[in-house]
Amino acid sequence: MPKTYNELLREARSEVREISPAETDALRQRGGVTVIDVREASEWDQGHVPGATHVSKSYLESQIEAAVPDRAAPVILYCAAGMRSLFAAQTLAQMGFTDVASMTGGFQAWKAGGLDWTTPPKLTDQQKLRYSRHLLIPEIGTAGQARLLGSKVLLIGAGGLGSPAALYLAAAGVGTIGIVDFDVVDLSNLQRQVIHTNDRIGEKKVDSARRTLTALNPDVTVVAHEEMLVADNVDRLIAGYDVILDGTDTFETRYILNDAAVIAGIPVVHASVFRFEGQLTTFIPYVGPCYRCLYPTPPPPELAPGCSVAGVLGVVPGIMGLLQANEVLKVLLGIGETLAGRLLLFDALETEFTELKLRRDPKCPVCSDAARAAREAGTPLPVSTFSEGVFMLGGSR
Amino acid sequence: MSTVKFPAVLRANVGGARDVEAAGSTIGEVLDTLVVTYPSLRDQLFTEDGELNRFVNVYLNGQDVRYLDGRGTVVAAADEVRLLPAMAGG
Repeated sequence: MPKTYNELLREARSEVREISPAETDALRQRGGVTVIDVREASEWDQGHVPGATHVSKSYLESQIEAAVPDRAAPVILYCAAGMRSLFAAQTLAQMGFTDVASMTGGFQAWKAGGLDWTTPPKLTDQQKLRYSRHLLIPEIGTAGQARLLGSKVLLIGAGGLGSPAALYLAAAGVGTIGIVDFDVVDLSNLQRQVIHTNDRIGEKKVDSARRTLTALNPDVTVVAHEEMLVADNVDRLIAGYDVILDGTDTFETRYILNDAAVIAGIPVVHASVFRFEGQLTTFIPYVGPCYRCLYPTPPPPELAPGCSVAGVLGVVPGIMGLLQANEVLKVLLGIGETLAGRLLLFDALETEFTELKLRRDPKCPVCSDAARAAREAGTPLPVSTFSEGVFMLGGSR
Repeated sequence: MSTVKFPAVLRANVGGARDVEAAGSTIGEVLDTLVVTYPSLRDQLFTEDGELNRFVNVYLNGQDVRYLDGRGTVVAAADEVRLLPAMAGG
């Protein structure tokens, strides 16, 4: 029995629950409901409900399960005027979704009601191609990619850890990559510091790194900080960055960075390597432990030689650096579980990963609640600092 | 006997072994057994006052013993003890 459009619409209206834009807005702001825009991409690009997910009606059947994995979860669909979303809701009901509503009047009524709306970030045609493999991933998409392009990551060191991390962060489209390094490229670096090349021996590492990264991806702005990170410049160096990747090779720098980053509230993705072994974790200020919670004092030099003394298998910082880059991307995108509160050990000889549980030290002189309160009261707790290479108790940062 | 895992930087003190079996019903006893057998470990693990050095973390089955009962943390036969100093290399 053939049916007219009007008959189909009447039928849909009798089967589907409808909900007003104002009510949708209230539910959206309360959270716990998925709002889905079923219009075409060109309509979505002109503006949409904030926080909505775009699943075009043309792809509804194939994409809805990724957008809403739980068929019992509350879903509100909208289109331009409230008709297409009725038919889309029928489709979802056929697929077993049990709590689906259609917004009356669609986006036109939403805008006419003076409700808040937003336009999605735009990528150029070149960027759509360059990042197409990211754009296909629901957890990233256009919004996530735009977020990466607007992000600022600071690498401390363009060495064994920083090199692989920088390459992949630049390739991923992290828009601003700052690099702190005062060194020049040495032949002995090239066994693992893959951002540099043989013809750049003697060149400043920050310049060499910038050349490689901008050649890889012209979207990336590389900010070169050609200086050693010390207590006097750390606050200035880290200001304005979203995440810091710690790829230094001295304890002194690691403690200085830790203390300043906790105070500035900037996450630090930490890694260190020794011969065939690596350690990795993510320090998120006041959420998980900081470096001082993990290691309240540094070991004596003989127990913790750097790579130039002890040696390192080149792929170990490569692997650890890429795991750092992975943590950085997750922090920037707000997806997945970071290593905050977990220390990941890697043993290249056994090809073995081990995870250890870390905790915030309630007596930490930098990140404990007491330390924070003391700082806010203008009387910071004393912390151990380095003085002429010796770790001293009772400094006063 | 519990198994104590050694990172590369400490292995020279235990004849190059990756792990060593050591007797003891607490972390303190296990570490005491180790330093009796391998005296050069003493300076790496303990301060002059016999306290655990703050730059070597001791984990029992993945948990830092500082947040369990420290040296008094009870160790069962099949447990894994891991010694882990900080690393500098980057």
